[in-house]
Amino acid sequence: MKLRRTMLYVPGNNPNMVKDAHIYRADSVMFDLEDSVSVHEKDAARFLIFRALKCIDYENTETVVRINSLHSPYGEDDLEAMVRARPDVIRLPKTESPEDIMEADEKLGILEKKLGLPKNEIKLFAAIENARGVVNVSRITEASDRLVGVAFGAEDFVTNLHTTRSREGTELFTARQEILLAGRAAGLHVIDSVFADVNDEAGFRREVELIKGMGFDGKSVINPRQVGIVHEIYTPSIEEINHARRVIRAIEAAEEEGSGVATLNGRMVDKPVVERARRTLELAHVSGLYLDEIQEEAAHA
Amino acid sequence: MPKKAAGRDIPSKIPGFKEIKHFEGAFANTPLVRKQKGSRTLPRLNKIVESLEQAILKSGLRDGMCVSFHHHLRDGDMVLNMVMDVIANLGIKNLTLASSSLTRAHNPLIRHIKNGVVSRLITSGLRDKLAEEVSHGLMETPVLFHTHGGRARMIESGELKVDIAFLGVPSSDVYGNANGYTGPSACGSLGYAMVDAEYAEKVVLITDNLVEYPNTPFSIHQDHVDYIVQVDQIGDPEGISSGALRMTRNPRDILIAEYATHVIEHSGYMEDGFSLQTGSGSISLAVSNFMRDVMLRKGYTASFALGGITGSIVRLHEEGLIKRLLDVQSFDQEAIRSIGENRYHTEIDASYYANPHNKGCATNKINVVILSAMEIDTDFNVNVLTGSDGVIRGASGGHSDTAIGAGISVIVAPLFRGRSATVVDRVNTVITPGETADVLVTDYGVAVNPRRRDIYDRLKTKHLPLYSIEELYQKAEKVTGRPEPVQFEKKIVGVVEYRDGTILDVIHQVKD
Repeated sequence: MKLRRTMLYVPGNNPNMVKDAHIYRADSVMFDLEDSVSVHEKDAARFLIFRALKCIDYENTETVVRINSLHSPYGEDDLEAMVRARPDVIRLPKTESPEDIMEADEKLGILEKKLGLPKNEIKLFAAIENARGVVNVSRITEASDRLVGVAFGAEDFVTNLHTTRSREGTELFTARQEILLAGRAAGLHVIDSVFADVNDEAGFRREVELIKGMGFDGKSVINPRQVGIVHEIYTPSIEEINHARRVIRAIEAAEEEGSGVATLNGRMVDKPVVERARRTLELAHVSGLYLDEIQEEAAHA
Repeated sequence: MPKKAAGRDIPSKIPGFKEIKHFEGAFANTPLVRKQKGSRTLPRLNKIVESLEQAILKSGLRDGMCVSFHHHLRDGDMVLNMVMDVIANLGIKNLTLASSSLTRAHNPLIRHIKNGVVSRLITSGLRDKLAEEVSHGLMETPVLFHTHGGRARMIESGELKVDIAFLGVPSSDVYGNANGYTGPSACGSLGYAMVDAEYAEKVVLITDNLVEYPNTPFSIHQDHVDYIVQVDQIGDPEGISSGALRMTRNPRDILIAEYATHVIEHSGYMEDGFSLQTGSGSISLAVSNFMRDVMLRKGYTASFALGGITGSIVRLHEEGLIKRLLDVQSFDQEAIRSIGENRYHTEIDASYYANPHNKGCATNKINVVILSAMEIDTDFNVNVLTGSDGVIRGASGGHSDTAIGAGISVIVAPLFRGRSATVVDRVNTVITPGETADVLVTDYGVAVNPRRRDIYDRLKTKHLPLYSIEELYQKAEKVTGRPEPVQFEKKIVGVVEYRDGTILDVIHQVKD
């Protein structure tokens, strides 16, 4: 099970942050060549990220590069440099139509062939950041086999919508749902937008709880201090884990008796319940929790 | 049978008494008592002299003697420069200057060294321009660097004989009862100065806050003090202490602090009733905050915190999480306030704190210490004195005193500072021997000293990024490359004494 609970933004023109972006243990780090880099520094940032990807061992952290739009003066150069540097994923900004994805897919294919790289090695992430993107999202998510995920960019989106972000996020509700549905339908990871006020920990927690409840796989984060909070919220609690284990035991017992349905504390345990329980245990496992240790703690509690 | 001064008949020989010293009059052998009796209710006797110059002359300071100072006024200290200027004007030369440490406030010493007023320095550390000049060969005799405990040891044992101690005190009465936590230049504990007051041949107090007798509670006792000089100001409050230090927002420091807290929690040394020492750096402060969370979660209280005390430790004390504080040095305004207010915030002197040769020092009793490092090598030797360029810019302090005393010594440092790696092949200067450094915590991962297999075994299942120190070294080297070795001259500019008085290392002059 691949986790993308956190995708940490790293400005592509900041060597100090680029050098050790992975130490905060985000699931993915995203080097940004786009909005956080001024036009005067586009070349320098591209060169820096190219070098960093070539030289630095980011260990198990997924590397993502957000390139400039292929319709901007920098996009094509970004794409070629990054294919040569071989990050895990290229994230396309402000995707509005399936053609944006297909164009990138085709150019990646040509570059991979030219450079003798394995076909479809570099994956794509689409970012939906305006109304047009939201309206087209179900076609966008089906546009290429390279796509592994879709991300929501709320800051540009609210600007495009002629509004601002509220605490409750009502203005984002439909867009989040649309993107989530389209992403799930296409079997992609779906991750939510950044939360800008890095010092508002309570507000950040609220928003992470909300998007986790909605079904998002994770969130883009702009400060390393946000990484731990997201992981904490996405990590199943001891109660959730123990419940999941009871579910599995109940269904195993029922299966031995030839039934596909069991009851646990008076509630029906059927296929979707079992699937959720399996997912919880898997999530606990890949989050780095050892189940025997959790059990030990639970026994003490 | 001779009649003596009181008019009594006393024989010259009494069985069981070897020698009879006859009474010669009430004042004859007690010269300090006032002879002209005035009011019997107001003690007018005092030790105030009019000027520093008078105090220096009365103290009998001569060429070649040893004068001592303390560094409790830190970067705000005005006393050392004030005294040395007067000494220089008196034409006295060739002095040994022993200060518990020297700070950036003491750059004017460069002039006195060049003019021959000071020929030898004995200190815990050197900073700023003075340190740079010394590193570039300012002095003929190398500087002796000691630990806080080592200084107390050498003074108590007589190895270092202080002729005259000039001690700035934030408050004193006319008879020499002094403390550090009252007055406009309050600095908190006077722990380092207390040793000088007790053992120096002559003691001169310098204060800007003369208070009513008796100035209780006192840290320096009247029975040790010879002269008192009142001046306008002994220190700049801005430089003496910082305000309340805020919890860092630097993600890297927070990450290191989280790992360190995790290490401590699972090390086997954090249990109900444990004891600790933390430093004043931002990582240390964050660790104190995170340890508070652990203590609350687990229902632990600590029996005591030792050392340089900070506001974050005071907070835990006032919340009842740390029962007692033993304070040799108060780092910030909160600590200064607390030592005056809190019954169980106790001032201790440097010998009680860390002298390895007394009958028991407090560093031996701590479970956990958090320490910093400028460099640490693959043998776990730690350098907190010289920079990666070989230039002196730090202090030995209580680093090696606490590292050896604590159940677990945790060294916290980022893997890189600027373009330099913190984990190196060989440190420029050894201050704390690797056999006493237990765990290194960096932002890239944690390395346990192989000597502490017990700690490693407890940590290995605790989801920490554990590496060998060689692996951390390699991670660093991969980014920085292997730096050119620093070029040194033959001349020795500093000698590093271990806390027991043996010589641990030498520092060479850096090449220009």
